[in-house]
Amino acid sequence: MSHVDDYAFRMEHVFKRFRRGDQHDSLRDLIPSLVKRAVRKDRERVLAPEEFWVLNDISFDVKKGETLGIIGHNGAGKSTMLKHLSGIMTPTRGSIEVKGRLSALIEVGAGFHPDLTGRENVFLNGVILGMTRAEVKRKFDEIVDFAGLEEFIDTPVKRYSSGMFARLGFSVAAHLEPDILVIDEVLSVGDFAFQRKGIEKMRAIANSGATVIFVSHNLQAVADFCHRGILLERGRIIEDGPVDRVIRRYLDTAASHAAQRESGPVRIVNTRIAGVRGETGMFGAGTKARVKIGLEASAAVEKVAVVIDLLDSAFHEVFNTSSERLGHAPLSLTDGQRAECEFELDLHLGAGTYYLGVYLHRYDTQREYDHVFPATSFVVTSSQDTRGAANLYPVLTHFESKGTAPGNIVQDRKSAGVGL
Amino acid sequence: MRDALRELLRNRELLYMITWREIRIRYKQSVMGLLWAILMPIIITSAGVVVRLAASHLSGKPITAADIGAIGVKALPWAFFVSALRFGTSSLTANSSLVTKIKFPRLIFPISSVLTSLFDMAIALPVILIILPFAGARLSPELLWAPVLLLIMVIFTAGLCILFSAANLFFRDIKYLVEVVLTFAIFFTPVLYDVSLAGKWRNLLLLNPIAPLLEGLNSSVGLGAPADLRWITYSAAVAIFLFWFGVVFFRRLEPRFAESV
Repeated sequence: MSHVDDYAFRMEHVFKRFRRGDQHDSLRDLIPSLVKRAVRKDRERVLAPEEFWVLNDISFDVKKGETLGIIGHNGAGKSTMLKHLSGIMTPTRGSIEVKGRLSALIEVGAGFHPDLTGRENVFLNGVILGMTRAEVKRKFDEIVDFAGLEEFIDTPVKRYSSGMFARLGFSVAAHLEPDILVIDEVLSVGDFAFQRKGIEKMRAIANSGATVIFVSHNLQAVADFCHRGILLERGRIIEDGPVDRVIRRYLDTAASHAAQRESGPVRIVNTRIAGVRGETGMFGAGTKARVKIGLEASAAVEKVAVVIDLLDSAFHEVFNTSSERLGHAPLSLTDGQRAECEFELDLHLGAGTYYLGVYLHRYDTQREYDHVFPATSFVVTSSQDTRGAANLYPVLTHFESKGTAPGNIVQDRKSAGVGL
Repeated sequence: MRDALRELLRNRELLYMITWREIRIRYKQSVMGLLWAILMPIIITSAGVVVRLAASHLSGKPITAADIGAIGVKALPWAFFVSALRFGTSSLTANSSLVTKIKFPRLIFPISSVLTSLFDMAIALPVILIILPFAGARLSPELLWAPVLLLIMVIFTAGLCILFSAANLFFRDIKYLVEVVLTFAIFFTPVLYDVSLAGKWRNLLLLNPIAPLLEGLNSSVGLGAPADLRWITYSAAVAIFLFWFGVVFFRRLEPRFAESV
């Protein structure tokens, strides 16, 4: 840990203790818990059997202007980390120092009230996020313009679609001009075009000299956006360094995690990709492969849709589709029921390594039930030397000189060549 | 304590916006709109008139306009107290999405509940001002007591709101406890009657910190007589202590809000 003084953010030996299971939340339960608390000593360091460290001795500095990505598997402590970064939670032990104005884009539109109009919510949300009213007023047109909601700005936001809601929320937050910006998955709101705009905006904020801390499981965005990465596992930092090294470490540990992650009402049990002739792991460009995904519900669950997401070795999205987009109705499962989903793909891909992520979500609310990334990875080989993720099967049909050129042009070229 | 107040001052725009939001929502989609603010005091006053009629029937003393004026004067701050405490107690749990997602002084929530109810009172105030002259109230220097008494009332109410809002975050049954106590508190508080009714038990009733304030309002506004300074001092002391204690208690628990909500 380098202890230079130009840091913008610093965590030193941060510990956070959590308790499994229910907390008492009625007066009736207070008395027994108070007795227990009085009997126990040294609350700071000791763990009761039902307690565990969500953050376990976390120390790191973020330099001014640095872009840091924090990644980790589900349950590694990312969201708790996020809450400590933004100051919503205080650590059980350890210290957190922030230099400058810190804004956290944790959930866009938190604080929006459905009965108020877009305009009213922009002011409300802007002030909640730390702007003054004068500041909001000055940036108002820009905010509305960025969200693309001029016509609806005087409509109550309860009539907005979820996309419009998210766009407006993001837009307010994106105009904060902080010294330190903490972001989580908010960049994944709205449609594709808006996501692009959002990322551009974030990049502009980063380029303006702001320090950015990005907590995400979207490796592509982290790889794109950050120079440095931190990998969390069970509340500890297990890797801290250049972002691609950290992501590689993440991918190495991914397989062991797929089996033991926390499960929602339905989880992805296994993902296999195999060619039509049974080959696995390595495929020829242009061959057909089937992705077989096994699901299992641990409670009754409704409207499950399956999304597959293919990334190339630089974690850029190559391809993404879902059961709903392919016109298949979502599944509802009962407790303990299993399901299987199969996509057949034509691997029109360039040579290289590809990672496949699988997501389960409720298709109307887009609530995520489970995700595994990478669920599997494979290598595509090609007999042709092409580059890039797509394979357009080039055939060189023509490459020859044609007839004889008019003399004076040849002459010109010659003289130009001489001149040079 | 001083830190807390300074922080509030620094976030006054936020306090303003949150209060503005509460008022806006409360009046936006309701048929009665601003009439809501007047409804509560009117109902309390009507109940008081019924009680007074019954009392005058029993004692044989006729009911006077001044009696009704007295009830009106007390009904207004009582309605403020009840509504502020009700909204204030659940102010943190009602805003849980903000409490868990965005960092700012959470003291803003209970205080904005008090300000919102204060706004309601301000709306209803002109009605009382119109009625009072008919109830025999006259302009007198004693009227200057009114703002002082109201200020003590606001401090007392804010203290309770701050205390209960934090407590309710950890123990959800606090809200029901407050509801039950508020429902019956009107019997222990001289809103519909005067403390003189209790005869030699009068002082027992005045131990309720709100009682001297309501009595003081009645005597200064309705009767043009000075308030009882000793009891007012007692109320003010309780109010300030409660406010101080509430803020300290709240700030002590504040770091644990996000994980307990």
